[in-house]
Amino acid sequence: MSTHATQTLDARGMNCPLPILRTKKALTDLGQGDTLAVVATDPGSLKDMQAFCKQTGHELVSSSEKQGEFEFLIRKN
Amino acid sequence: MGANETNIATLDQAVFNQWFDQRFEARMAEREAAHVPSLSIIATKGTLDWAYPPFILASTAGALGWDVSVFFTFYGLELLKKDLHLEISPLGNPSMPMKMPFGPQWLKDINWKVPNVVMAGIPGFEKMATGLMEQTVKNKGVASIDVLRSACLEADAKLYACQMTVDLFGYSQDDFIPEIEGWIGAASFLPQAQKSDVCLFI
Repeated sequence: MSTHATQTLDARGMNCPLPILRTKKALTDLGQGDTLAVVATDPGSLKDMQAFCKQTGHELVSSSEKQGEFEFLIRKN
Repeated sequence: MGANETNIATLDQAVFNQWFDQRFEARMAEREAAHVPSLSIIATKGTLDWAYPPFILASTAGALGWDVSVFFTFYGLELLKKDLHLEISPLGNPSMPMKMPFGPQWLKDINWKVPNVVMAGIPGFEKMATGLMEQTVKNKGVASIDVLRSACLEADAKLYACQMTVDLFGYSQDDFIPEIEGWIGAASFLPQAQKSDVCLFI
């Protein structure tokens, strides 16, 4: 899990659409340019997070998969 | 000279066309970028399984920044009650898998094919099926309807109730959550749905 993110969100065990809803909520509380690290286990979150960032204009800095866990770093715009 | 004038006119037209095409494309791109997508849903079902599609789609669209409105009519009105007592019925629904949410994996993997005539004859079968689905939802990390409905409201989704259904079924407005945006009819919702980018009947 990224340590330099402004905030981290643990969405493990959550299923569609909860990881997106929680991400959206967490981003609301952040300032512009802040980063949010999200870790999820929902395999659908990989595509969903890309679509979410594309649609909302936030930057998906990185996404990776490690042993069934997906990690995302999002910068708020 | 006549030929010359024609040439100039043709050239100007081409330049103008090029300018117009570029300008038009830029303006359309600007317009698209500024456009907030909108979703209208008509929710007509009141069982636990059918409660999911409208609330999942509405809350997700809200999270994406869309303008969302949902019109709850007929049995869909059940989804706006203060106290949600949603049930499922496997009766007449051969697509519904009947699996145990607990026990060893081999037991969980069995899809119990219960004939309709047996289901119909066992008292409390629907209560049991509802309990099993609630447990499965919990096990799989799927949100409860309550959570999804709250997420819709947090995302400013507009939830409308069908006034005619309230009258028809003899409900009282006090039975429903206070966040309801309006008690309206088809004539009020349709013009709204007409302007939305996505309109779904569920």
